[in-house]
Amino acid sequence: MAGTSSLERRAAAERPLSPHLQIYRPTLTMMMSIAHRITGFGNYFGTLLLAWWFTAAASPSAYAKFQWFAGSWIGRLILFGYTWSVIHHMLGGVRHLIWDTGRGLGPKEREWLAAANLVGSIAITLVLWIFIMLMTGGSP
Amino acid sequence: MSEPVHMRPPLARVLGRGSAKSGTEHFWRQRLTAVANIPLTIAAMAILITLLGRNQAAAAQILGSHAVSIIMILFVISITIHMRIGMAVIIEDYVHEESAKLTLLMANTFFTIAVGLTSIYGIFRLAFGL
Repeated sequence: MAGTSSLERRAAAERPLSPHLQIYRPTLTMMMSIAHRITGFGNYFGTLLLAWWFTAAASPSAYAKFQWFAGSWIGRLILFGYTWSVIHHMLGGVRHLIWDTGRGLGPKEREWLAAANLVGSIAITLVLWIFIMLMTGGSP
Repeated sequence: MSEPVHMRPPLARVLGRGSAKSGTEHFWRQRLTAVANIPLTIAAMAILITLLGRNQAAAAQILGSHAVSIIMILFVISITIHMRIGMAVIIEDYVHEESAKLTLLMANTFFTIAVGLTSIYGIFRLAFGL
């Protein structure tokens, strides 16, 4: 092993590499695939907010702290982003479930699905937050 | 590279490598929880939106009611199983150094169990008025 390692390393370094992300022109389906992973990653840490919300609800002082955070501009920004991230990941997941049945993989269908994923998630998030702002008088 | 010469009988080489029937366990569980997550997340979002603008007593009453607490517990269980598998895939894709990979995979399991049980504990407290 030790005797051949330097030879093997040189051979490995000279081997051509397959092209990676930066080589390809970005496409919508590629971006939506990456967005699905990033939103999933974000939703993972978003559950910390849920755990905080559920545990704080038992005590008035703890809930006041949570409400102060949720009402602050940074808190609202995070909650807004979390809402979009969850909805985008959910619609992206529906897309994957459609693909799992063997449907929606054609060139037209997959472009349409990718666009619908993005437009749908933004539209639903905006409608939800307009509703929230109207319901709470601007202070959730 | 030439095929390595095996001195061990075929049975000894396949034993302990798991049943062929269990290979798709994570694949299947990720889809099972994905399907469950759709109605549960919609329900959880609707419930959480009704909490906005309400005080602690009202929030505790809504979250602690029978139907809501059951929905929230199912929601937490399904999303934490789903996110544990998803994060494991991300770690396996990008972290190739063995000890870092194993450490992160362990941390992933610890985090998802901790965040899931903390959430369920919070809901139980409200449901039982503890």
